[in-house]
Amino acid sequence: MTGRLLLTIAHRLAILAYIVFALFPLFWLLKVSVTPNDLLYSEGVRLWPSHATLDHYRFVLENSAFPTFFKNSLIVAGSTSVAVTALSSLAGYALSRFRFRGKYALVALMLITQMFPLVMLVAPIFKMLSPLGLTNSLTGLVIVYTAFNVPFATFLMQSFFDGIPKDLEEAAMIDGASRFVAFRQIILPLTLPGIAATLGFVFTAAWSELLFALMLISGNASATFPVGLLTFVSKFSVDFGQMMAAGVMALIPACLFFLLIQRYLVQGLTAGAVKG
Amino acid sequence: MASIALSRVGKSFGTVSVLNEVDLAIEDGEFIVLVGPSGCGKSTLLRMIAGLEEITTGTLTIDGERVNERRPKDRDIAMVFQSYALYPHMSVADNMSYSLRLRRRSKEIIAQAVSAASAKLGLDPYLERRPKALSGGQRQRVAMGRAIVRKPKAFLFDEPLSNLDARLREQMRAEIKRMHGELGATSVYVTHDQIEAMTLASRIVAMNAGAVQQIGAPLDLYDRPANLFVAGFIGSPGMNFLEGRCEQGADTSAVVLPKGFRLPLPLRIPAADGEKVTLGIRPEHVTVDAQQGEIEAAVELVEPTGLGVILHLLVHGEPFKLFSTDRALIRSGARLRIGLPRERLHLFDQAGNRMAAL
Repeated sequence: MTGRLLLTIAHRLAILAYIVFALFPLFWLLKVSVTPNDLLYSEGVRLWPSHATLDHYRFVLENSAFPTFFKNSLIVAGSTSVAVTALSSLAGYALSRFRFRGKYALVALMLITQMFPLVMLVAPIFKMLSPLGLTNSLTGLVIVYTAFNVPFATFLMQSFFDGIPKDLEEAAMIDGASRFVAFRQIILPLTLPGIAATLGFVFTAAWSELLFALMLISGNASATFPVGLLTFVSKFSVDFGQMMAAGVMALIPACLFFLLIQRYLVQGLTAGAVKG
Repeated sequence: MASIALSRVGKSFGTVSVLNEVDLAIEDGEFIVLVGPSGCGKSTLLRMIAGLEEITTGTLTIDGERVNERRPKDRDIAMVFQSYALYPHMSVADNMSYSLRLRRRSKEIIAQAVSAASAKLGLDPYLERRPKALSGGQRQRVAMGRAIVRKPKAFLFDEPLSNLDARLREQMRAEIKRMHGELGATSVYVTHDQIEAMTLASRIVAMNAGAVQQIGAPLDLYDRPANLFVAGFIGSPGMNFLEGRCEQGADTSAVVLPKGFRLPLPLRIPAADGEKVTLGIRPEHVTVDAQQGEIEAAVELVEPTGLGVILHLLVHGEPFKLFSTDRALIRSGARLRIGLPRERLHLFDQAGNRMAAL
């Protein structure tokens, strides 16, 4: 009995240690963002500054280009996640349900695209986009992000479709639905958790992408937020307070987004569909 | 209601043939049961009628119209799946009315159809529930309700009872039979359970290895199995088989079993002298007779079933079963003498096909 209790306590402690370890950088982000500049170095590693301030936030919002970065990131991440989810759910459905010529070659090809380090691709992509006028534009970024995320998202969606019994759409088709109507009315509602997961995954990936944003965008007008963060690093100093304040604000949409979709992520919608 | 005709219908995946040419004419209102072991092609055949599998060769007609290329939604048939395949995000009422809503029937017609079906199936208290809040038997009923609300041309059942426990299965079996009696709808029912086949069917189609073995009324298959497969598959416990050689006399034949035991038959059978033949007899037709019994058998195992007793015997070293309602046999000794009534014997030739009856 006591052995079991000890085990439970040890288990909870291990989880607690993990959570502290994982969340500590976030806490530090928050802490530095409210620390006045004059205390930043003098108070060193104190867990909380002796007096907190929102000056950095005010400065970032009023005097920097951060609102523009924020808006750009929102546009890019939002469009990318919607485009990728729409494409990958159709492609994933096809991979899950249909037998067609070249299916395995296609899957192999999609896997291969995931093997290259992105750095290798920066130059050719820049070369391709620049004559099209897509460098230094948000559209260009959305296209590139979509291209890179579709293969993985397709596999993700395929696994969700695989989890939905084929009988369901067959029953719908016998009930009088075309395949597309069965997909829309029966399969899609059951795949909402998968769609939410894919949306969330792609949104955060596009939200925090730096390499391509840095290489394809020059100038503040169409810079995304990760690129914008770098503007707080000047040749002679790093403005940590403002940088962290911007970072905290950049977390907000991601948090809101996951708050919105978490109910689908945890919901087992297919329960009761078939025997079980 | 409709008639369904299959003419040389076959299915192959690439070069692999999974279903040989099947010919079957299903009359309006018939209850056809496709029965066979798993992998025999019965489900594939059903799915081809439903339009869920493409037909590789042959013609499928419903009410005289060729429907090979018609999509499932345009064939006007209903199907009950083994997994029930209820839409989990819809209530019971919505599950049942889905087909009518797709056809844009008026609200009054839908409400009427759903309430009629739910009353028939005892689902009234559950109409607002989701499938996951139902028991297995209730889900099964909803699946049936979904099929009957729209009055289709034909019902297809794909092992609908295999996921239920024994008691519920028995109950639903009777219910399906009663419903068929009331609706008189043409039905095709797939099962691997020969008891379901025997009890439900107006005609049974016994299948094995992608080919139809025999088509006939249940008792036809029981009394006159066309070959060894049907003989062994229909009936429980299964038929006993004894292999031997034919010995032709002047007017009568005899079968000589491996250990030299000679079994005279009352007539001449159409087999060459010395040809291999197989004798079959159902366990319930074997008699026990201490004096007259012609074969001595060793008792291996005794299984009382309540109704009677199944004896597992060894006859000349071969396993042999006997079923009797005589309870005294539960305490039978290690050995007994059995008789094989000639009028109950089935004879099969070298290829396993039924020979002229005794």
